Amino acid sequence: MSKPEKLLDKKGLRLDGRKLDELRPIKMEVGILANADGSAYLEQGRNKVLAAVYGPKEVHPKHLALPDRAILRCRYHMAPFSVEERKSPAPSRREIELSKVIRDALEPAVFLEYYPRTSIDIFIEILQADGGTRCAGITTAALALADAGIPMRDLVVACAAGKADGKLILDLMDLEDKYGEADVPLAMMPGINAVTLLQMDGSLTLEEFEKAIEMAMEGCRKIYEVQKEALKAKYVTVKEETEE
Amino acid sequence: MPTFFEEKELVTPGDLLAEGEYMAGENTYRENGKIFAARIGLVEYENRRVRVVALRGFYVPRVGDTVIGIVVEVGFNGWEIDINAPYVATLRASDVLERGYRPQKDNLLSILDIGDLIVAKIASYDRGSNPRLTINEPGLGKVSRGQLIKVTPTKIPRIIGRKGSMISMIKRETNCRITLGQNGLILISGRKPEDEQLAIMAILKIEEESHTSGLTDRITKMLKKEKEARKNVQT
Amino acid sequence: MISSIVSKVKQKRIAQLVAKGKRLDGRALMEYREIKIEPSIIERAEGSAQVHIGKTQVLVGVKIETGEPFPDIPDQGVLTVNAELVPLASPTFEPGPPNEDAIELARIVDRGIRESKAIALEELCIQPGKKVFIVFVDVYVLNHDGNLIDASALAALTALVNTKMFNYEMKNDEIVKKPGYKPLPVRNYPVAVTFAKINDKLVVDPWLEEEHVMDARLTITTDKDGKICSIQKGGSGYFTTQQILEAAKIAKEKAAELRKLVVKT
Repeated sequence: MSKPEKLLDKKGLRLDGRKLDELRPIKMEVGILANADGSAYLEQGRNKVLAAVYGPKEVHPKHLALPDRAILRCRYHMAPFSVEERKSPAPSRREIELSKVIRDALEPAVFLEYYPRTSIDIFIEILQADGGTRCAGITTAALALADAGIPMRDLVVACAAGKADGKLILDLMDLEDKYGEADVPLAMMPGINAVTLLQMDGSLTLEEFEKAIEMAMEGCRKIYEVQKEALKAKYVTVKEETEE
Repeated sequence: MPTFFEEKELVTPGDLLAEGEYMAGENTYRENGKIFAARIGLVEYENRRVRVVALRGFYVPRVGDTVIGIVVEVGFNGWEIDINAPYVATLRASDVLERGYRPQKDNLLSILDIGDLIVAKIASYDRGSNPRLTINEPGLGKVSRGQLIKVTPTKIPRIIGRKGSMISMIKRETNCRITLGQNGLILISGRKPEDEQLAIMAILKIEEESHTSGLTDRITKMLKKEKEARKNVQT
Repeated sequence: MISSIVSKVKQKRIAQLVAKGKRLDGRALMEYREIKIEPSIIERAEGSAQVHIGKTQVLVGVKIETGEPFPDIPDQGVLTVNAELVPLASPTFEPGPPNEDAIELARIVDRGIRESKAIALEELCIQPGKKVFIVFVDVYVLNHDGNLIDASALAALTALVNTKMFNYEMKNDEIVKKPGYKPLPVRNYPVAVTFAKINDKLVVDPWLEEEHVMDARLTITTDKDGKICSIQKGGSGYFTTQQILEAAKIAKEKAAELRKLVVKT
């Protein structure tokens, strides 16, 4: 897509009609892949993300096992058809880096010390991308971890804030990410107020940066509520049906 | 010393369950005097002890547990058994033979082959080494018939029921022998396939509705109704 | 070297000292190790620099070649940053293609340069859509004693500032080199400042043994105007909002000090 003339209209609304601090429509579903120990699916705007968790299980190759805790492995991958121009299925440098920072974002939440000598493997597939896929991937993977019954300190939830046409905005889509002035993806465990992923690209003053992370955290808290409801959904429906 | 949920309320990881002089029980953790949930499940406050009965979880071996497993490898000194846990279990030839194992004479494959199903007990297990199994007790050993189903291991206590009430009821109503592995594998064998079908139906229903109340009654009713329906079809 | 594993006794000592506001090597929590910068030490490269931060040693070489632009930005030069954790630098580095640590390092350095618009890439266009200059920045880690990010970013900046481009003229669509050189158009000076969180406290410029003990890492890159242009959190722990804001403020001050070592103003 080519560069739009403006990212904000006269009323201060964004290209998709959102207000500055408005999230894209978001929905999540848990437990959708039969083979995985835990799985989840998420749609956030036009992003479509699938995550699966396998483990804890024996580590292969064996020499990677740690004597005092489980290892967490993470693969973030974009489907070739997820973006405008076909993406080669081989992992790019960007995907390798994102796999690492996503793992770093999820690891503080998992009680790895409970299961020495095992591995917990997380697979994130971006089926369709429209900006903010690392954040969407983290939110989805955290649900898959909880669905696998892996003990966690909290769910991890992620959201980006940024800057476009001189204004701070929440939950950037691809065009805003590409042509805006800054992008600040952030992941946190809202229950214990811990930031587990923080990156930034662009240009922000200290004051703008402070406001941007406040904004991103507020977005995270909203998504966190959706996440919790998604995790409970299956059990709530069964309970309602049986206890009518 | 407040608590923040109703008894048996559904909670998710990170939910603040209690503050102050409470003890952190199963599937919870304590940080800065606060107790949080670590798994999705139902919260219980019992005598200052907070715990979460997990709705999602996997089997972690405990010494003395009865488990059902599948032989996945035959080695020099024994077998490796998949027990649906983070760790593969071992069964040593010397423990099975109850005498010295003679590698030149004893053919391990003739005792247990890859793919064989066994009922076993966890003999030993700690953080440093994989669980070791034993089959030297009545009721344990190789299984030759029946159907195997898999449920979430955390639901096994609910399938057993209070003092075994649920499982005895199902056995009685379906005329099946049912072996429950604490690891979430269940072996069902009846005289007729229809009986087995009925038992499986009941168990899967318990798994799905484990977090609801009045379950024993509903299962009993369901079994009676199904049996009645089948009788009518036959006559 | 026996092993890269820090003994439990030492880990505990490092953590206890930090709690008291001290460090095992005698530094204050917000003090860098001694920094030494040597520009232009590889004659074959158009630009180069070696940076020592304590015992950490990083060499950066810049090569300039011509090639095709990216189709979506046909009128700009291309910046490519690569990092090699060469096996001679640490017993834990293994030969082979860049692993995730090397890729992350390269991408942090890359983002600092790119996001601050340090290089005027629009001035590196020869024929729009056909031919542009490609700036290859190769980070070569020679000795790993912690905080590779700051050392690499500083070495890359120094190398770029000292990069000379050959003069040329176009004859029948061909580039013909002419005698003499001009400097690479460098417009901004991004500087990375990295913090480690140890025992719930922040320290700047962690050395290797502190990196083994740290819960998490935070790199904040600021430009010549004190604006933040890139951030990267790493490691398996977390930060509180207060810690992040404190780090951002200190990063700006420290970056200004480091920048003076590279660019005489």
